[in-house]
Amino acid sequence: MLKIENLHAKIGNKEILKGLNLSVNAGEVHAIMGPNGSGKSTLANVLAGRNGYDVTKGTVEYEGKNLLELAPEERAWAGVFLAFQYPVEIPGVNNVYLLKAAVNAVRKYRGEPELDAVEFLGLIKEKMKIVKMKEDLLNRSVNEGFSGGEKKRNEIFQMSVLEPKLAILDETDSGLDIDALKIVSEGVNSLRNEERSIILVTHYQRLLDYIKPDHVHVLSNGKIIKSGGPDLALELEEKGYDWIKEEAA
Amino acid sequence: MSTNTENMEDLVGKDYEHGFVTDIDADTVAPGLNEETIAFISKKKEEPEWLLEWRLKAYRHWLTMEDPTWAHLDIEHIDYQAISYYSAPKSKDDGPKSLDEVDPKLLETYEKLGIPLQEQKFLAGVAVDAVFDSVSVATTFKGKLADAGVIFCSFSEAVKEHPELVKKYLGTVVPAADNFFGALNSAVFTDGSFVYIPKGVRCPMELSTYFRINASNTGQFERTLIIADEKSHVSYLEGCTAPMRDENQLHAAVVELVALEDAEIKYSTVQNWYPGDENGVGGIYNFVTKRADCRGNNSKVSWTQVETGSAITWKYPSCILKGDNSVGEFYSVAVTNNHQQADTGTKMIHIGKNTSSTIISKGISARHAQQSYRGLVKISKSAENARNYTQCDSLLMGDKCGAHTFPYIEAKNSSATVEHEATTSKIGDDQLFYCMQRGIKEEDAVNMIVNGFCKEVFKELPMEFAVEAQKLLGITLEGAVG
Repeated sequence: MLKIENLHAKIGNKEILKGLNLSVNAGEVHAIMGPNGSGKSTLANVLAGRNGYDVTKGTVEYEGKNLLELAPEERAWAGVFLAFQYPVEIPGVNNVYLLKAAVNAVRKYRGEPELDAVEFLGLIKEKMKIVKMKEDLLNRSVNEGFSGGEKKRNEIFQMSVLEPKLAILDETDSGLDIDALKIVSEGVNSLRNEERSIILVTHYQRLLDYIKPDHVHVLSNGKIIKSGGPDLALELEEKGYDWIKEEAA
Repeated sequence: MSTNTENMEDLVGKDYEHGFVTDIDADTVAPGLNEETIAFISKKKEEPEWLLEWRLKAYRHWLTMEDPTWAHLDIEHIDYQAISYYSAPKSKDDGPKSLDEVDPKLLETYEKLGIPLQEQKFLAGVAVDAVFDSVSVATTFKGKLADAGVIFCSFSEAVKEHPELVKKYLGTVVPAADNFFGALNSAVFTDGSFVYIPKGVRCPMELSTYFRINASNTGQFERTLIIADEKSHVSYLEGCTAPMRDENQLHAAVVELVALEDAEIKYSTVQNWYPGDENGVGGIYNFVTKRADCRGNNSKVSWTQVETGSAITWKYPSCILKGDNSVGEFYSVAVTNNHQQADTGTKMIHIGKNTSSTIISKGISARHAQQSYRGLVKISKSAENARNYTQCDSLLMGDKCGAHTFPYIEAKNSSATVEHEATTSKIGDDQLFYCMQRGIKEEDAVNMIVNGFCKEVFKELPMEFAVEAQKLLGITLEGAVG
């Protein structure tokens, strides 16, 4: 599904990713953990195609295509979804309206007929239950005045409606209280299936109590320095990151 | 026209030595402005003596005035003697012969707006015989209005058919000597629209200049007068979303609205005059005086405008709230791109008791454009319990454009409540990326964000207009980001 080889990327003159390798198969959940400044969010943003990140070396292959050549919206059409660490507010733009435009943009790309309002409402009604999305949030402006938890829930809600093949969750757990964390995790878990791959970018182990990853990777100084199973996360929680850094050095 | 040929020849002959030259066949007066020019226009239009006198008075006053320089605008000096103040409805020999001669960019825009080919030709000024298929539509339309007793015609027609109404109301809202461009208009206006809604009548349809304008070219000095008699209601739409080209660079229109007791006027404008090319060359100067007089108690006037065109816009649709409990509203979206400049806003003059006004202004600037909101809220001594709410929001796209706000508040009655809120924001890369990551193309994302910003104003527009205005906004700002 996704194959990252020797990826180097910089912001301005500062190199953040320094030769990152990662391979994700269909249906797998990978957790990328690491201390602040290790390059976790940069990786998420580079995969989604955000401006301001310069890829200087390396390749990213997604379903046999060169992902880096695609515009952000083309990546979205191809099934790449990024749940934002800081979902932005867009005043005056109705939350449902944005989502409908997004769904129809993807459908158009796939050559499927666009959904009308009634069909679309039918689709989202089901999905709302999954993340316990409150109805009034649907008709508010995108993320405007949402609490931190509501914003993250909205991200997962969008993900459930858009049904991506590759979902990248950038610090989705940050700023969530335990109840919100549970709801968001349940949402993510319900979306796990054999075709969908998920990359969880997180600083803390606690998210992994609720979403069991197949693989855990430790990112430090722009490289993955250790990979393992779910146990690795527990080990990190216990010992911190320093011992791996030393081991890798 | 042939009936007064003789008179004109006299006039021409007499004044030739003063440089007043005209070729009657051409139906265009030579450039220059003097009393003879005005007399010529008045004669051409077969106007009564009082109207000529009115024009001349305006002209004489205009001579004592100077170009206003207070606006935050960079205007090249205008040579008023270089303008031709009268030309008959466009002859087929003027303008481009076919669409091949028209600026391809303009055609591209027509294409995007989905304008039919015939109509494209009309808008671009290409000579066509049958301009619209809508003649029959317009006829049916006229019948319906006549049944309701509504008068809706060109200004010249009104002068001939309803002189008593014109005489009673003309210049009572915008006096001939009001301001520089208003006075100029009063002296030389050629045509425009006239509307009278009789007592107790709710106009059965939205009145649109779109239907009227086909009949003749109203020229650069347009005059509009709308009177809503007691307990009447009218919604009037001006302009159209398609970019209009015009040979005349200076446009100085005057619009007067009169709302009598319990009457309501809703005036919506979509202005999309040619803004000039990317360097700002060739665009239209739109210097308009629009004012409403809420003369009667419980009257209401609502201005809604979407301004996307013109190189320079100078425009302050205002309300004089004379009647007790009268209401004035101003909803505005102004977009400036490339080198466009706009200085626009409103004046709300509270005179009557319990009068209230609302001002919602949304300004969007992109590239090198400069835009100002200029507003005055004046609470007179007599205006007990007056209320005003003002909200001015500016959205910037890129870092070379500018937004400026000049709100003036004069309150002479301590019972007044005046609120003012203002924000300036930048269309964020973050917002764009968020939409694009969801699969929405950049231009659609810009469109969505900008329309969200303007939502409060668009919801005031009649439905059809609102949809077109949204589309138009997207096209105006295309490529402005990134």
